[in-house]
Amino acid sequence: MRFLFKTDYDDDIRLFPHSGYVVSYGLLLAALLIAPYVLSSYLMSQLVFVCIYATVGVALLILTGFTGQASLGHAAFLAIGAYTAAYLQKYNVPFPVYFLAAGVLTGCVGALVGFPALRLQGIYLVIATISFAFIVEEILARWESVTNGNEGLRVKALSLLGVTVSRDSPTFYFLCLAVLVLTIVGTLNLLRSPTGRAFVAIRDSETAARSMGVNVALYKVKSFAISAAITGLAGVLFAHKLSFISPEMFTLQLSIEFIIVILIGGIFSLHGAVLGAIFIVMIDPFLTYLKDDMPGVIAGIAATFGAGPATAGNVQSKVAAFASLNGLKGAIYGIIIMLFVLFEPLGLYGRWLKIKLFFQLFPLYKRATFKRQKIYVKSERNR
Amino acid sequence: MLDFVQQLVSGVALGCVYGLIALGFVLVYKATEVVNFAQGDLMMLGGFFAFTFIGMMGLNYWVGFAGAVVAMALFGMLAERIVVRPILGYPQFSIIMATIGLGYFLRSVAGMIWGTDDFKIETPFSRGVLRIGSLVLAHDKLSVIAATIILCALLWLFFNKTTLGTAMRASSENMLAAYYMGIPVKRVVSIVWAISAAVATCAGVLLAPITFIHSNVGLVLGLKAFPAAVLGGFGSIPGAVVGGVLIGVIESMAGFYLPEGWKDVAPYVVLLAVLLLKPEGLFGLHVRKKV
Repeated sequence: MRFLFKTDYDDDIRLFPHSGYVVSYGLLLAALLIAPYVLSSYLMSQLVFVCIYATVGVALLILTGFTGQASLGHAAFLAIGAYTAAYLQKYNVPFPVYFLAAGVLTGCVGALVGFPALRLQGIYLVIATISFAFIVEEILARWESVTNGNEGLRVKALSLLGVTVSRDSPTFYFLCLAVLVLTIVGTLNLLRSPTGRAFVAIRDSETAARSMGVNVALYKVKSFAISAAITGLAGVLFAHKLSFISPEMFTLQLSIEFIIVILIGGIFSLHGAVLGAIFIVMIDPFLTYLKDDMPGVIAGIAATFGAGPATAGNVQSKVAAFASLNGLKGAIYGIIIMLFVLFEPLGLYGRWLKIKLFFQLFPLYKRATFKRQKIYVKSERNR
Repeated sequence: MLDFVQQLVSGVALGCVYGLIALGFVLVYKATEVVNFAQGDLMMLGGFFAFTFIGMMGLNYWVGFAGAVVAMALFGMLAERIVVRPILGYPQFSIIMATIGLGYFLRSVAGMIWGTDDFKIETPFSRGVLRIGSLVLAHDKLSVIAATIILCALLWLFFNKTTLGTAMRASSENMLAAYYMGIPVKRVVSIVWAISAAVATCAGVLLAPITFIHSNVGLVLGLKAFPAAVLGGFGSIPGAVVGGVLIGVIESMAGFYLPEGWKDVAPYVVLLAVLLLKPEGLFGLHVRKKV
């Protein structure tokens, strides 16, 4: 086990606490850079979605994970970013300009949403952000001169420095990866700055933060604006990846998916956003696998255990029927959310930390290390 | 004028359904400080249970209604036991997520079992109309309004006049203190989930003649019930129903008098306005957080 001796504050907030970090993240980056030349085009396309979802996940972590303000309206911010890009593209605005414009506009909208949110907490904030998302969705469907209503907008391939970058090219993947990496590095820097410390203080106790001189209102609005702006940037990439956007893509369902990203990944660390994004995006290929290959596999297993060909065929068709049931994806989502909340509240990254600690402390690991304290409900109404 | 009254009545009837769903939120919130995002889906499931009993097994309407209520009360207890009790007392965000997950699960499973078609339940109120002058009021809408008033009164009496109701309020204010006072908190929470699932079932069955029952009805109506609950102040039983009725009337008036598109947004615009101007709602208690 490695012991880190910290002698001053700079040691404590270092981005790479020791050389192991440089090596492992360097290897990861190298793997991601050669990925387009190794993986199939389908997997590459999924990897682009992982990058976009992870960027939104990081944005949501700033707001929900670090400032403690839950939001179920991030699909609306994504939509605003995507529509800004699609609209400005029609007037031949170059990519870097509308990319930044989408970020700035979404950030301003985020700040506007942040203001009413100042007085709201917990459940009220969740409901307010849901309402905001509904209103945005309806505006997108009705403001036909800009958004083309329910028919949606076509998004042309993006052109960068005179070169057209198609949505399936490795260049587009590198662009998404660069946005993700820059977002993560920027967020890490933000979190070790006074602003980030103020966010965390507000999350842990608003009253305590205020009494320490943190301007709670200002930092909440800032957190909303930053989170929204990053989501808007991701929205531009999302629009280009899909090449077609319409209001029904940006529903509550998508907002919930974003929350699932950080919930499954782990809500206390930026690693969580990436792990959760991988999980959410890879659920589709997994379901396809379940549909296509699983029946054969299970029938094969049944056959090896002495079932006749008739029984095996029967089993195969039963499993196939189950795997192609309509609502299977929703049911799996539901079960996964419940299982994570009940049994793994720290998410995938929390599980990784537990496994790591187990091997570090090998014979001495105690399960109680990560056990949650039993708490009793006390009304928030009279507190 | 006649149009206005007609719209008003249908708005009130729709609002009563919102109110009944909101009532379910409020009950659970009052007793456990948990917000149940799956309330609309419990309503949907209740409707499907009633459809199974009445439409498929051919039982008498009232028998099927009672059967659905009892079955759903048991289901509510089961859901509480499995999903909510292990995380009771943890941050609200986790519980919200767990109930969202529960809602997802119920929707998909209902879709798998009953399919994605619309279903209709034949009720004794389906056909009749009440004529007052030239005003025509359908019985199914009146039945919703009447049932809402009765349920609301019963629940208000239950919460304010019975020992069990007082125990519920006590356990929400301070669970530990309630334990010390000898209140069986776990059983109380279990009962409140049963009651709220039963109320949701009533909403589902009464709704069946007005809109059809399908597997997504819970999501659509459940989300409209939030503005209702917030408008009424999240912890108040009469507030939930009044809020529901207001939202229903606003929605139906917006659909009639305002341009297309306002109907779906109006409840949320009202909600945001209420949250901005009076976050504690119409009937909420004004409280300030102490350090």
